[in-house]
Amino acid sequence: MLDDIRAEARKLLRRPAIWTLLAVALTVSLIFTYVIPYAGYAGGTAGPTADRGLAAMLPDQLVGNTIGGLPVFLGALMLILGVLTVGSEYTWGTWKTVLTQDPSRLRVYAAKLIVALLAALAAVVMVFAAGATASALIGYGEGAPMNWPPAADVLVGIGAGWLIAAMWTVLGALLAIALRGVALPVGLGLVWMLAVQNLLTLIAAPLLDWVAQAQKGLPGPNAGSLVAALGGGTDTPGVVAVVGGGQAAWVLAAYLLVFAALGGLLLRRRDIL
Amino acid sequence: MTTPIPVAAHRLTKRYGSLTAVDALDLEVRAGEVYGFLGPNGAGKTTTLRMLLGLIRPTSGDVRLFGVPPGKPGHLARVGSLVEGPAFYPYLSGLDNLKAMARHARVGDDRIALVLDQVDLTGRARDRYVTYSLGMKQRLGVAAALLKDPRLVVLDEPTNGLDPAGMADMRLLVKRLGAAGCTVLLSSHLMTEVQELCDRVGVISRGRLVAESTVAELRGDRTLRIVASPLPSAAAVARTLLGAEAVGVRDDGLDLAVSPARAPEINAALVHAGIAVHSLTVHERSLEQAFFDLTADSPVEVPAHA
Repeated sequence: MLDDIRAEARKLLRRPAIWTLLAVALTVSLIFTYVIPYAGYAGGTAGPTADRGLAAMLPDQLVGNTIGGLPVFLGALMLILGVLTVGSEYTWGTWKTVLTQDPSRLRVYAAKLIVALLAALAAVVMVFAAGATASALIGYGEGAPMNWPPAADVLVGIGAGWLIAAMWTVLGALLAIALRGVALPVGLGLVWMLAVQNLLTLIAAPLLDWVAQAQKGLPGPNAGSLVAALGGGTDTPGVVAVVGGGQAAWVLAAYLLVFAALGGLLLRRRDIL
Repeated sequence: MTTPIPVAAHRLTKRYGSLTAVDALDLEVRAGEVYGFLGPNGAGKTTTLRMLLGLIRPTSGDVRLFGVPPGKPGHLARVGSLVEGPAFYPYLSGLDNLKAMARHARVGDDRIALVLDQVDLTGRARDRYVTYSLGMKQRLGVAAALLKDPRLVVLDEPTNGLDPAGMADMRLLVKRLGAAGCTVLLSSHLMTEVQELCDRVGVISRGRLVAESTVAELRGDRTLRIVASPLPSAAAVARTLLGAEAVGVRDDGLDLAVSPARAPEINAALVHAGIAVHSLTVHERSLEQAFFDLTADSPVEVPAHA
């Protein structure tokens, strides 16, 4: 198993697209959490998030700010990570090359998930580090008090962020196996995360009670609820307290396991064409 | 204790809906032989190879490599393969691709240098795979097939994309593998290649194995072709000497179903009868002709690189 993990780590770490994803994640996170709000604050511009002001960018808001993007935007990047990790084997036809070296399908799949989930953890930690740096710079520049969240809160935040990121990553892997490729899984995954989820929340749920109830069981709203429970601003897209934080964590963990199991089952049973 | 047969497939069948790609195929490749697997496009060759390697699940039937069925530990432990062209990670170098495959195969790095040398790719090993020519990609595929120091190698069109020198190198490699006691299952379009390399040949058509024998048996007995005049007199002499059933008249000559060793005797008889013998040649059916005869109903396969 360790050999397979090493092989998968080599493939992932040397792939330029993965580093591009990380760069985009950091850039999007910094721009929408700190750069644009600070520019608005400094320029005195009125807007939908202007009322949060400087306080929303200071170090004590680090946990909520950092994981706030995971229900939608950062989550979409994590889904792409999962798709690329597994789906490229179909696109390049490399499953046959790998599997004829005699590892079992499930062992390779497990190695892929482990490496992808470690990459997701690294991404979450780096987004935290970038957020901490940005908030410290803003606080220092504005002469604001530098109150950092307790270490336990940061660890819980990293854990929650990783849980959400992992769930989206494994969903990406499952879509890649189900659709045997990269393009369609990325396309459908993004349509679900960026369009359908928002339409359900903003249009369908207020009109239909059963949709509102169903929201409590869907992955996106549960990710948003977990972020909201940890201090994420509800003015952030996808962050809304539909259920409590504890329930959201359990639901996300259940999705993570179900997606992983379904992916393994499909990969094991289906032909490698 | 007897050594398990390298490849044993019994009534192997694969159906896709109403289409039967492979139909109750029996296949046995013996230890140490180079076995040629021939068939037109769509005959079921690659589907069969993929079922042998566990990539495709048979609809019914049984397959074992060295006695181990697909999905069981060690099924491909000493089996190397290159099926339907090479496939690697384009952003990695040839060397890094082999390192990744070696990890999956649990093979030490010492084998990597060895196989790169075997396929003459050491000089370009650190270049990215995406920059390789078709022939270099093919050679890297063969290198990956040899990583495990296999006892059975399954090669599907291994000379695709290779230049004449590369093809000669590949034939030499297959010969060396065979000489070293490695069993080789070779699928190829190139009849001359199969004729030169293979001990036995299996011909698949419409998913069924329509012939399996040595190359010599498949080509049939050699015959004599005589062009002589006057032809009716020549035919009469030949029938008297050899029997009517051994003599056929075609165009301006005779086809004689006898051993070429009787050529001097036949020539002397014709000359003695005052018949002018213009030519006397040994005629043998090529493997290609035998292949076309066996697969007459199937579409003819055209080499991808022709």
